Amino acid sequence: MADIFVVVEHRKGEVRDITFEMLFKASELCKESSHNLTAILLGGRDSAFLDDIAPWADRVITLEDERLENYNPDLYKEILHRLIQKHHPFLTFIGHTSFGMGFAPALSVKSGYPIATDCIDILIDNGRPMVTRQIYNGKVFSKDSFRESEGYIITLRQAVCTPEKTEERRGEVFKSELPPDLPEPRQEFMEFVEAGAGEVDISQADLLVSIGRGIGEEENVATVKELADLLGGVISCSRPVVDKNWLPSYHQVGTSGKSVKPKVYLALGISGAFQHVAGIAGAGTVIAVNKDKKAPIFRVSDYGIVDDLFKVVEALKVKLSG
Amino acid sequence: MNIIVCIKRVPMTQEADLEIDELEKDVKKDALPFVINDWDNYAIEEAVLLREKTGGTVTAVTIGTEEDEEILRRALAMGADKAIRIDPGDLGLDGFVTSRILAEVIKGGDYDLVLTGLQADDYNCGMVGMMLAEHLGIAHAAGVTGIEPEGREATIRVELEGGMDGVLKIRFPALMSVQTGINEPRYVSIMGIRKASKKELKVIKTGDLNLTEDDLAQRTTVEMVFLPPETEGAEIIEGDSSMVAEKIIRILAENGVSV
Repeated sequence: MADIFVVVEHRKGEVRDITFEMLFKASELCKESSHNLTAILLGGRDSAFLDDIAPWADRVITLEDERLENYNPDLYKEILHRLIQKHHPFLTFIGHTSFGMGFAPALSVKSGYPIATDCIDILIDNGRPMVTRQIYNGKVFSKDSFRESEGYIITLRQAVCTPEKTEERRGEVFKSELPPDLPEPRQEFMEFVEAGAGEVDISQADLLVSIGRGIGEEENVATVKELADLLGGVISCSRPVVDKNWLPSYHQVGTSGKSVKPKVYLALGISGAFQHVAGIAGAGTVIAVNKDKKAPIFRVSDYGIVDDLFKVVEALKVKLSG
Repeated sequence: MNIIVCIKRVPMTQEADLEIDELEKDVKKDALPFVINDWDNYAIEEAVLLREKTGGTVTAVTIGTEEDEEILRRALAMGADKAIRIDPGDLGLDGFVTSRILAEVIKGGDYDLVLTGLQADDYNCGMVGMMLAEHLGIAHAAGVTGIEPEGREATIRVELEGGMDGVLKIRFPALMSVQTGINEPRYVSIMGIRKASKKELKVIKTGDLNLTEDDLAQRTTVEMVFLPPETEGAEIIEGDSSMVAEKIIRILAENGVSV
């Protein structure tokens, strides 16, 4: 019976949601295949995470050290590599997050275990994992296989599974010391910096009028802002608009911006990359306007309009001022 | 500072009606326009900005066909000093093989910093950068949104989730994958591209590199691709703009948003 490793992700003293999503996915696979679910917790001294994690896992291997309190890709990679060499886990789950993207592919090279990133589903077929991914920004799905190996590494996309505890696992805890011969890390964590708070808080709005790449030109932002004002809503946006400095970053919805929960979310010219969609999971009703009828945003919307967003914006303005 | 920037040419798929090819391994690409990967465009700009500040050279590298030289010439026009195209022949490329080939060309060279995009717009894997760093045995960081070099190290910002950045110190040589928005990539004119055609563009064949069969063996393989089922998702509102606008206002009212 081999292990399935889940690498616990935490930040500022809290276990992040992706950890429980991975534990849930791993427990489903363990049920089918009778593998052992082992959570790997690398953290600072006296971290209070053990009680949160243990009921989800058959065992928890924990290493505590001040240097592990904040994320350090070199140390994480080195310690995980040694754990992999010792336990030969069949699967190692790491979050497809900033944290995971910074070291999981390097761990794959170091350990020789092949990796698939940003997976949305995993099944075991004839003793080998097969993963489902989204490519071309969610417009196409792909099923990928691995070259045969003793173990495999998978990074799981955030918010693709809803953790549900169906059974209690008696997480046996194994505390282990940091190996004395760890190489000196080549980087050092300094501090967290919050993106600046702004004049508006989009997370509190009842109506968000949100723009994406389809807005095309900077001048057009004002046109939609007028509509938002007429509707009594707040303007928000997806990443490309902030990248171009057309709106300040506190307007950004998504994993790298804010999670929002308006009664209605009106998405104008937003294609619907998962980083954006993850931010609107709490929205009541989603209405999307996009020229591309296959834009992924329509898969998560209640209502869709396949048209030029400016036509819809103008028509709304006419109705509202008429 | 000598900087290597690894870039890729990708199909533009945002507003395209994608079709699956006969083998069901990818989409049909014949009719699609190709462009520089968006993340890589920021990486080139960052390399050029750093070079303007600290001196040194910028070398742009891609793996691809003669057609892909287009993005190398673009990088040269943006200010890169040299360009290298690695011709893969008919090799199958996954993230591992791509990173292994790049490492073989880059290693042993005189560089302080390697930049890549955080991910490519086609397969969205985001793995080549960190794999390349491991092959080269150098420090690495993903999703970088700011680089301030200071001697043999740099203070960098890494984008985390939820509107938070991490600030780190990292030692050179290092590899950083760049997040979009780190800078404002400069405009490239056709004139500029023409002028830059005088700069050096070297072509290397993978066959001439010292790589074993195992180095060039894919670790993952796309077994099949498919379009998501059409029936999923939104109720489509049809009709002219005026009817659509009325319907939207009605939906707002039904959901407790008073207009």
